[in-house]
Amino acid sequence: MNGDFQAPTIEYGTLAPLLVVFGAAIIGVLVEAFAPRYLRKPIHVPLTLLSLAGAFALVLVQVMGGQVPTTASAMGALAVDGPSLFIWGVILVLSFVCVLLINDEGHFVASAAAVPGSADEEEAEAHSGGVGHTEVYPLVLFAVGGMLLFPASHDLLMMFVALEVMSLPLYLLCGLARRRRLLSQEASMKYFLLGAFSSAFFLYGTAMIYGFAGTVSLPGINRAMAAGNTLDPLLLIGFSLLGVGLLFKIGAAPFQAWKPDVYQGAPTPITALMASGTLVAAFGAVLRVFWVGLGNLDWNWRPVIWVVAALTMIVGSILAITQTEIKRMLAYSSIAHAGFLLVGVMATYGSAERNADSLKAILFYLAVYGVTTVGAFAVVTLIRDPGGEAGHLSRWAGLGKRAPLLAGVFAFFLLAFAGIPLTSGFFGKYAVFAAALDSGTQPGDSMGGWMAGLVVVGVVASAIAAFFYVRVIVLMFFSDPAADGPAIAVPSMGTVAVIAVSLLVTVGVGLYPESVLGIANQAASSLFIR
Amino acid sequence: MESQLAEIAQHTGGVIGNAWLMIAFPLVGAFILLVFNRFTNRWGHLLGVAMSLASFVVAVLAFVELLGFGPEERRRAVHLYEFIPGMVDMGLLIDPLSISFALLITGVGSLIHIYSIGYMSHDEHRRRFFSYLNLFVAAMLLLVLADNYVGLFIGWEGVGLASYLLIGFWQFKPSAATAAKKAFVVNRVGDFGLLVGMFVIWTTFGTLTFKGLGEQIAPGTQNGTMLAIGLLLLLGACGKSAQLPLQSWLLDAMEGPTPVSALIHAATMVTAGVYLVVRSGAFFFPEGSGAALAVAIVGAVTLLAGAIIGCAKDDIKKGLAGSTMSQIGYMMLGAGLGPAGYAFAIGHLITHGFFKADMFLGAGSVMHGMNDEVDMRKYGALRKVMPITFVTFFIGYLAIIGFPLLSGYFTKDGIIETAVHHQPILGWLAVLGAGITGFYMSRMIFMTFFGEKRWADDAHPHESPLVMTVPLMILSLGSIFLGGYLILSNRLLDWLTPAVGAPAERPEFHFTSVPGLATLALVAVGAIIAWMKYGRVPVPAVQPRGSFLTTFARRDLYGDALNESLFMRPGQWLTRLAVFFDNRGIDGVVNGLAAGIGGSSGRLRRIQTGFARTYALSILIGAALLTGALLFVGNI
Repeated sequence: MNGDFQAPTIEYGTLAPLLVVFGAAIIGVLVEAFAPRYLRKPIHVPLTLLSLAGAFALVLVQVMGGQVPTTASAMGALAVDGPSLFIWGVILVLSFVCVLLINDEGHFVASAAAVPGSADEEEAEAHSGGVGHTEVYPLVLFAVGGMLLFPASHDLLMMFVALEVMSLPLYLLCGLARRRRLLSQEASMKYFLLGAFSSAFFLYGTAMIYGFAGTVSLPGINRAMAAGNTLDPLLLIGFSLLGVGLLFKIGAAPFQAWKPDVYQGAPTPITALMASGTLVAAFGAVLRVFWVGLGNLDWNWRPVIWVVAALTMIVGSILAITQTEIKRMLAYSSIAHAGFLLVGVMATYGSAERNADSLKAILFYLAVYGVTTVGAFAVVTLIRDPGGEAGHLSRWAGLGKRAPLLAGVFAFFLLAFAGIPLTSGFFGKYAVFAAALDSGTQPGDSMGGWMAGLVVVGVVASAIAAFFYVRVIVLMFFSDPAADGPAIAVPSMGTVAVIAVSLLVTVGVGLYPESVLGIANQAASSLFIR
Repeated sequence: MESQLAEIAQHTGGVIGNAWLMIAFPLVGAFILLVFNRFTNRWGHLLGVAMSLASFVVAVLAFVELLGFGPEERRRAVHLYEFIPGMVDMGLLIDPLSISFALLITGVGSLIHIYSIGYMSHDEHRRRFFSYLNLFVAAMLLLVLADNYVGLFIGWEGVGLASYLLIGFWQFKPSAATAAKKAFVVNRVGDFGLLVGMFVIWTTFGTLTFKGLGEQIAPGTQNGTMLAIGLLLLLGACGKSAQLPLQSWLLDAMEGPTPVSALIHAATMVTAGVYLVVRSGAFFFPEGSGAALAVAIVGAVTLLAGAIIGCAKDDIKKGLAGSTMSQIGYMMLGAGLGPAGYAFAIGHLITHGFFKADMFLGAGSVMHGMNDEVDMRKYGALRKVMPITFVTFFIGYLAIIGFPLLSGYFTKDGIIETAVHHQPILGWLAVLGAGITGFYMSRMIFMTFFGEKRWADDAHPHESPLVMTVPLMILSLGSIFLGGYLILSNRLLDWLTPAVGAPAERPEFHFTSVPGLATLALVAVGAIIAWMKYGRVPVPAVQPRGSFLTTFARRDLYGDALNESLFMRPGQWLTRLAVFFDNRGIDGVVNGLAAGIGGSSGRLRRIQTGFARTYALSILIGAALLTGALLFVGNI
């Protein structure tokens, strides 16, 4: 070593959205440290919303200005390409609306550390004046920053760091629910333990791949594979362990067990953030790893992912049938949708044109599914029992008679999940399945029949899933309301805005899919930087 | 080989490029009125009228712009957006045919909007009424302007919905609610035909756009598939246009407010079937094909059935409904004759839109003055108290019976002469139908406006306000002059030719042809019989028992009874039978399947123990399986 230190080149302009979010998060920590309690929330809310909006504006500037980079940034650590920017935009929009939900009073506990039901907790509650933990805001910003970093990581170490930056705040946030404290803390604990477990897999896999390729950079790994033996057990084991870490984050079977427990226990606005933002980020990372890093290995990973996708769709839709808790049901629905998305991932191989096509389908699906999900969870926050949200499905009976508008909106979201035409969900599913079928017809591809088979599994799973979505609609509109039914909270302006925006997007894209599909197409056509 | 129908120029900019505004205006109107409901109560009706008028203005401007092109360039396609990727792009086709319909829909539609301000002024739900009217106009415009069958179908369903909502507008009346349901169900049968027809088109040709079909189908192609498509589309047309055997809903549909009957069930929506046949004519109903013959036969039979029903009705609106059936029968007959008949069919459609709307609104005006009484046996001698209504109604009457030189004379006579030329039997049936028309329309006039007063005690008939009578005047002007303008020197024919194709020989209008003179003679005979039965002698205030034939007509030719015994009863039996087998056999399988899924769900659920250690174990096992599988696959 001759000690020549070269200062790294950082493309500040390109990375500005990341820097804004992380910067605001750090300012948030300072606010927590120095601002008096009564000032904290009034500072946090505009700070958080402005930074997210600002980051989104910066993304827009890059896209509009045609400054989408074609090479990796930050010394090859990050790749800010078309798909990354699209995913950033989606995550920023979703997190912005989630923050509007978070602003609502009453979701977060005043002191998460206090034993539930203890005198300490009551005291903290009395002091906080119902505001709860204001640390929520910087934590959310860190998590969002991690979500932005995750799909843009160009090497495995960076990706691991991003994974942790995204996950750690989420573990904490899960435990902050004001009601049903024990359930919330349990969720937080489980999520942390299992998350740490899967991170270890990810890291171990990274190490083994490094052992094979001598580099952690994704294109480097791909080059090493092209030059070396792709059947090296070191590579295959490394890849499978890496896959476990990633599949855990998207909740694919058999790594889905955490999802229902965590979604149920976490404060609902945080569930909305995880079900939308985290899923989008994780799929971005999955696509990048599989396509950029392991593009030359597709003969090996595709059969395995085939099984995982089929299993995920089946497990998600079948298990959802017997759920009696609305958030658990939505969690299983999220698992099933992860399966549908994996069908799209299966289709990302072959010619560049095909790649762009299936990439477009997945990006579109992620965007519209995320928006609908946030809307659905926003409705869930409004149906309340004395002890918190009325989670049990029996409490939703006859809601259509008591609150027809709200029940109607929720029914519409459910129809969108089920993929009924004239909703955005229909076009999402259609695009993904069509891409999968098309990819199976490429010349010289022996997987063609298998792709068709997977689509059949997907359609059957959709049919099963439609059953439990429609069951809730039937319950809401065709059952008699319970005598002491849940209260319907008067929504705040923020919640109204969230529901309205979600509804508008779900309807609008359903009628005019080209609006989002066009943007997704533009983003996908530049493909990932290899 | 390409037909000339594939020659569609792509168009951007100008009024035509923004023709979607035509649909958007009323759609936005309906949206605002429905969403902001009570807040718009005070000015909602004005917004509704404004939106309809705005749409009319766009239609007129687009029409003027279209006139600026040479006849060969008058088919303009406007691409809007990709609707279902890889399958259907949403686009509009602005051509002479669609713009003619658009002018009729928005023009007559606007007049009826204006009329409704007065007619519905006492109804507390007037705002909702206008939102439905706007919705209807938007859907109907989509139906005729779309450049593909999918868009047409969405509009088709949209007008079905609007019609359902409007027939059942006074849903507190059980009869109205039932009528709405009946219209919906019967229409469903037709929609099914249209839908299956579209499926077959898509699987056969891989496209649903008119342009794409024009490129693929050589003119005059006939084979089994084409015949099947034609008959399926005809089934759709029969449902929407109330043609036999799907006519039964139209008479009941008169339960809706009268402007609805005028707008939807006389002037516009019921002509959608004619539009479908004419638009698809070059593809699936070529001259001399079996499908075209089927259209003509359906038309001829319906025109007689409608006329016979019209003879026996004492309810003024139901009488007019029977006549609507009959007149649309004429249009279908014309549409089944190939390009030679299209111009007359469309011409009759347009003039009928005027004189029938005129008479329906006139009937509404009468009802407005008579406490919503519809029984003509309780009218009589109204010409003196309602002079404007009488004069306008009388003009509509002269037009529909084909009094020389009025609108109906030219268009109906055109259809009859072409039919006699191409299909003599059907043509002479149409002549007979014209005679019966002369009878029942005269009967209506005599019973309503002549004779002595047979009013109920509390009736104080009065002339309607100007907001209602001015539309009547405008419509009666159209009823007088429009027909001659369109038919003489073949103006409409030449205008439509780029869109529907040219006939083999140019028709000439003869004032003294044999079928024409025979028609006039029969009409005169019909009118004289009506005068002898209803003008010369007093009309009994209570319906007499009547002969077997009268009862036959009064009961709508036993259409409902036929439906009931042929479809409803056997249907109910079949359902019961099916339920029986379903419970025993199929349900066993289905329930077994559902129970199987549910049961596996219940069993799988037990894996979800709630213990983090079990979850971690499942991750570990999953990781082991994944690794094993990868190694295995890698080593095959």
